[in-house]
Amino acid sequence: MNARENILGRIRAAHGKAPTASPRERAAVASHIGARVLSPRPSLDWEPAARFRERVLALSSTFEEIGAIEEAPRAVARYLHGQGLPLNAVCWSEFSGLPWREAGLVVEARAACGDDLVGITSAYCAIAETGTLMLLSGSRTPATTSLLPETHIALVAARRIVRTMEEAWALMRAEHGLPPRAVNFVSGPSRTADIEQTLTLGAHGPYRVHVVLVS
Amino acid sequence: MQVTSSQFKQTARIKLADPRLQGALKKLQSNFVKGRADRIAELDNFEDIRDAAAAIRDRALAHLDLYLETFETNATARGAVVHWAETAADANRIVCEIAARHGVRRIAKSKSMVTEECGLNEALETAGYEVVETDLGEYILQLAHERPSHIVAPVVHKSREEVSDLFAARHGKPRKSDIAELTREARLMLRPRFLAADMGITGANFLVAETGSTLIVTNEGNGRMVTTLPRVHVAITGIEKVVPTLEDVATLMRLLPRHGTGQSVTNYISVTSGVRGEGETDGPQHFHIVLVDAGRSRLLGTDLQAMLRCIRCGACMNHCPVYQSIGGHAYGWVYPGPMGSVLTPSFAGLDAALDLPHAATLCNQCGVVCPVKIPLPDLLRKLRERQFERRLRPAAERMGLALWGWIARRPALYALAARAAAGILAWMGGSEKLVHKLPFAGAWTDGRDLPAPPGSTFRDSYAAQAQGLRVERERPG
Repeated sequence: MNARENILGRIRAAHGKAPTASPRERAAVASHIGARVLSPRPSLDWEPAARFRERVLALSSTFEEIGAIEEAPRAVARYLHGQGLPLNAVCWSEFSGLPWREAGLVVEARAACGDDLVGITSAYCAIAETGTLMLLSGSRTPATTSLLPETHIALVAARRIVRTMEEAWALMRAEHGLPPRAVNFVSGPSRTADIEQTLTLGAHGPYRVHVVLVS
Repeated sequence: MQVTSSQFKQTARIKLADPRLQGALKKLQSNFVKGRADRIAELDNFEDIRDAAAAIRDRALAHLDLYLETFETNATARGAVVHWAETAADANRIVCEIAARHGVRRIAKSKSMVTEECGLNEALETAGYEVVETDLGEYILQLAHERPSHIVAPVVHKSREEVSDLFAARHGKPRKSDIAELTREARLMLRPRFLAADMGITGANFLVAETGSTLIVTNEGNGRMVTTLPRVHVAITGIEKVVPTLEDVATLMRLLPRHGTGQSVTNYISVTSGVRGEGETDGPQHFHIVLVDAGRSRLLGTDLQAMLRCIRCGACMNHCPVYQSIGGHAYGWVYPGPMGSVLTPSFAGLDAALDLPHAATLCNQCGVVCPVKIPLPDLLRKLRERQFERRLRPAAERMGLALWGWIARRPALYALAARAAAGILAWMGGSEKLVHKLPFAGAWTDGRDLPAPPGSTFRDSYAAQAQGLRVERERPG
């Protein structure tokens, strides 16, 4: 007998069950998974976009709203100037066609390396309840862009705001079926309170997250 | 990891007299205890969510074998390799074999208590691999050759000055004393280690049966680093961590950060399934998942099964008056506080941790704050019973309890004995009504006085009052 059989056998014996599961048992477990039971959620009596903004700010991110994606380069340039940050960035390929150069920025559509300082991404969707960005990995959406640079700028489409994580999963299932290799939920800049429980931003990930809502 | 729980009392005494530790523990109390209270107030139906979370964990445990099989099938379909480890030693061997098979040299780890259980770092270092802990707290401990004293805030026992000295000595850079600067120094030291690592090791807060995914939460982003950059990812966790669906994850994630760190949401929640896809520039090419038993299946079907619901938030220790007084090291193994006092005897052996089930006032703060409603004081009481049944308690204690039991079953004798004891204690208390020193109970009276009883027993007082009432009632009105 190998470790797998031993462990599974011990579990069944501990529950006083026969050594092998009956088809009925298996069907019960499969149908429970298939039902995707929703547990109680807190009251969601807020307007999603307003709640999202409020939570984003509560997480020590910054926030601004623009009317169309074409305005993004100017908004990003304004933000970087305002913060005294470098004007070079990497972005996800969906934004490669935006007029970055006209806004005075040098933006390359490629995955981030260890020394890139600004990364620009979109978000698969945004969760209003917690102010969270949901990012899916993929060939056009490298995970490093939101992780390695010291500044992460997320251009979020207003119509992609959902209320809860449950709704985010439902959206992902409807559009993709299975989750991609990595689903990363990002809620503000990287932080630690390990030394004397003193909150410090920018542990290993970005020091700053700037959310630009595109309505 | 070696179990030193048998030295609980000696270590606790040292920790009680350590002013720096006492200061750190006070801060922990105000941050984590207040943080949790503030954050659960955001949930208007908190108790319903808590009930649901306990039910999710119970359901997974009731069909643990089938949820694990489902997890394995779905993880394998995504290109992960699932390994099963019966013991800590098996887990270490499996991880070393994976490293050897993929020609690994450098390993970056994010925080995992299961790997602390196994002593995985030592095993990997012995086998010649270079291992670096990347959680700031764990990194500090690795440099200092110390063990974590809290499952969420591993370095809570260390002061900023100690970290400053340690970094100055080990990094060979000018000494810094500002916490943000120390954090930046660690970031700069660790960034190249992330980029150069061949293999990333993480734990898993949850395993999702539905999708074969592993999930980790981190605030620092180191968990994202080690699941994104190295070409091999190994996730190692306990078999009890499985939950049925992604919806269940959403429910549990409303509770875990609130109870763990007093946050509404943890900075990064990373759900990883399978290996790097076609055309992707990041993510591991090999993904191994090691499912560790190491004593967990022994708790199933017993009166300790509820302990397996645990989601490792640390709320029970944050709220425990014993943990708040002595910190985590005295508990002598990986898991401190009430949850540790149940897990250590369960995993490492009842006789290896005789004091732990008694290291509790049974005040039930832990039971009240547990997000998955584990009745921790009941479980500690069960362990005390088991110790007594297996004759592991000291002879004097066993004889004392046996004598008490014998007398308590004889009401007349009990009344007589109680009357005698009440009289003697009242006499000993004198006009102060305080007993300063009690024979055979020095451990109790050394630290405080025993208030002396009034001299008559409850039953005598009750009988006298009842008599008085009768006289009152019978008096013609």
